[in-house]
Amino acid sequence: MTSTLSDTEQPALSPAFQQVSVGRKVKNGTATVLVWLSFLLAVVPLVWVLYTVIVNGIKVIPYSNWWTQDFGSVLSDEVGGGVLHAIIGTLEQGLVCAIISVPLGLMVAIYLVEYGRGGGFSKVTTFMVDILSGVPSIVAALFIYALWITTFGLPRSGFAVSLALVLLMIPVVVRSAEEMLRIVPDDLREASYALGVPKWKTITKVVLPTALSGIITGIMMALARVMGETAPLLVLVGYSAYVNWNLFNHEQAALPLLMNNERATNTMDPGTVGFDRIWGAALTLVIIIALINLIATGVSRMVAPKKK
Amino acid sequence: MAKRIDVKDLDIYYGKFHAVDSVTLAVPPRNVTAFIGPSGCGKSTVLRTLNRMHEVIPGARVDGEVLLDGENIYASNVDPVQVRRTIGMVFQRPNPFPTMSIRDNVVAGLKLAGGGGKRSLDEIAERALRGANLWNEVKDRLNKPGGGLSGGQQQRLCIARAIAVRPDVLLMDEPCSALDPISTLAIEDLIGELKKDYTIVIVTHNMQQAARVSDQTAFFNLAGVGQPGRLVELNDTEKIFSNPNEKATEDYISGRFG
Repeated sequence: MTSTLSDTEQPALSPAFQQVSVGRKVKNGTATVLVWLSFLLAVVPLVWVLYTVIVNGIKVIPYSNWWTQDFGSVLSDEVGGGVLHAIIGTLEQGLVCAIISVPLGLMVAIYLVEYGRGGGFSKVTTFMVDILSGVPSIVAALFIYALWITTFGLPRSGFAVSLALVLLMIPVVVRSAEEMLRIVPDDLREASYALGVPKWKTITKVVLPTALSGIITGIMMALARVMGETAPLLVLVGYSAYVNWNLFNHEQAALPLLMNNERATNTMDPGTVGFDRIWGAALTLVIIIALINLIATGVSRMVAPKKK
Repeated sequence: MAKRIDVKDLDIYYGKFHAVDSVTLAVPPRNVTAFIGPSGCGKSTVLRTLNRMHEVIPGARVDGEVLLDGENIYASNVDPVQVRRTIGMVFQRPNPFPTMSIRDNVVAGLKLAGGGGKRSLDEIAERALRGANLWNEVKDRLNKPGGGLSGGQQQRLCIARAIAVRPDVLLMDEPCSALDPISTLAIEDLIGELKKDYTIVIVTHNMQQAARVSDQTAFFNLAGVGQPGRLVELNDTEKIFSNPNEKATEDYISGRFG
């Protein structure tokens, strides 16, 4: 085209900037549509699950007996009773699991970031943590069964469940805490050393507080995940319809275990007692985990470094 | 308070890399010594060896002696934490602790490392902030986070934090390179005042700054690519900038470098 123009016919009038080419418009449009489609595809199941749980579970939730009683006083197909026994079990097992996992996981993360310095031992540790995070929950449960019940001869109990959950929680805590500690700038460590602050105090008073907000979020996410685990419950503790505060002996209910038990003993047809109980317990579990996340967000905002 | 520093035949290594070759220099008390030289010549590295911050980096080590009033800080029985309490440091980028208030930043050294004696922390914080010419700007918001201050204020906060532990020597690693000219002026005035009480060593890329604030100047250079850095000349600042002994110094000062 331009080769046919003579010297006097230079395209002097064409503007320096032209509009977006058709090719780029098409690519831009396609990419936008794809991104939106993927977003919808990802969100639809989430909303759907939440909707189903709420719609099916909402029936029993508003009654005070749901939160204050157990199923001990009602027949298995009788309307009434509550899931207090399962809530207690879930919270107790989760809390004890967190009490064991959080210090351990935090220490490992501190070692990896502040002391290991990419050496041989820290590489092996990271590798082990990676493997542990890939262990299926049923394997963790069977391991604790072999250790706690077969080898030590102790009874099946809520505590055994906590131990299995510890195996699942530690790698998540280590990983998230490690990430958070790594993004604390070295400038702050150096500033602290330069003031004559010993290393351990630099870690506890400068590095940890700076990373605390993210670490708390990570811990709560990990806790929410293990509280919904089912396999360790099936293997390591029996279901009981009564409240049992004793973590170390006898059957102890938990919300996932209760759901599984109702499924096994009741029909699951809509409108039946079993149906209401299962979905009610599901909604209860979702509410508890949502509450924990809400609290975590609040606490994490409170301890986050502020500007003003 | 202020103490003298004598560096004797100091070789500095990062792992196998020989970073600085055989530095010998003396820093008198109540005196500002400036380190100048091109990037990578090892001036910051030398500075960091003066309070054993160098060895925070994995693989870093030194060979030779650094004497603080005649006492070798690299002697085997010396605790590096004690050395850093005696020889404070201000860094290139302002680095206040983000989780602490202005007041807590200033007294962080005393609170975390202990000591401080009978004086109350509030008194010490006020003294240090006045010493750093920051008191009037922050006295009404001592409990606000340090991260909310401007860059120049943050740097003066870091200086206040460093002098709150009452060190004998203050090391400054390009303290103004991230600041605007007004803040730079504030810091330079401050250095002039701090000189009365402290021995100061400052690394700077700004030769006018070296000429303005220092009593003596050390010029560092590389012998060549891959070669260790070395001290070319240490002399009175006036002499360095008017009639240096070494040709290399004159070339660098006058911009005829390389």
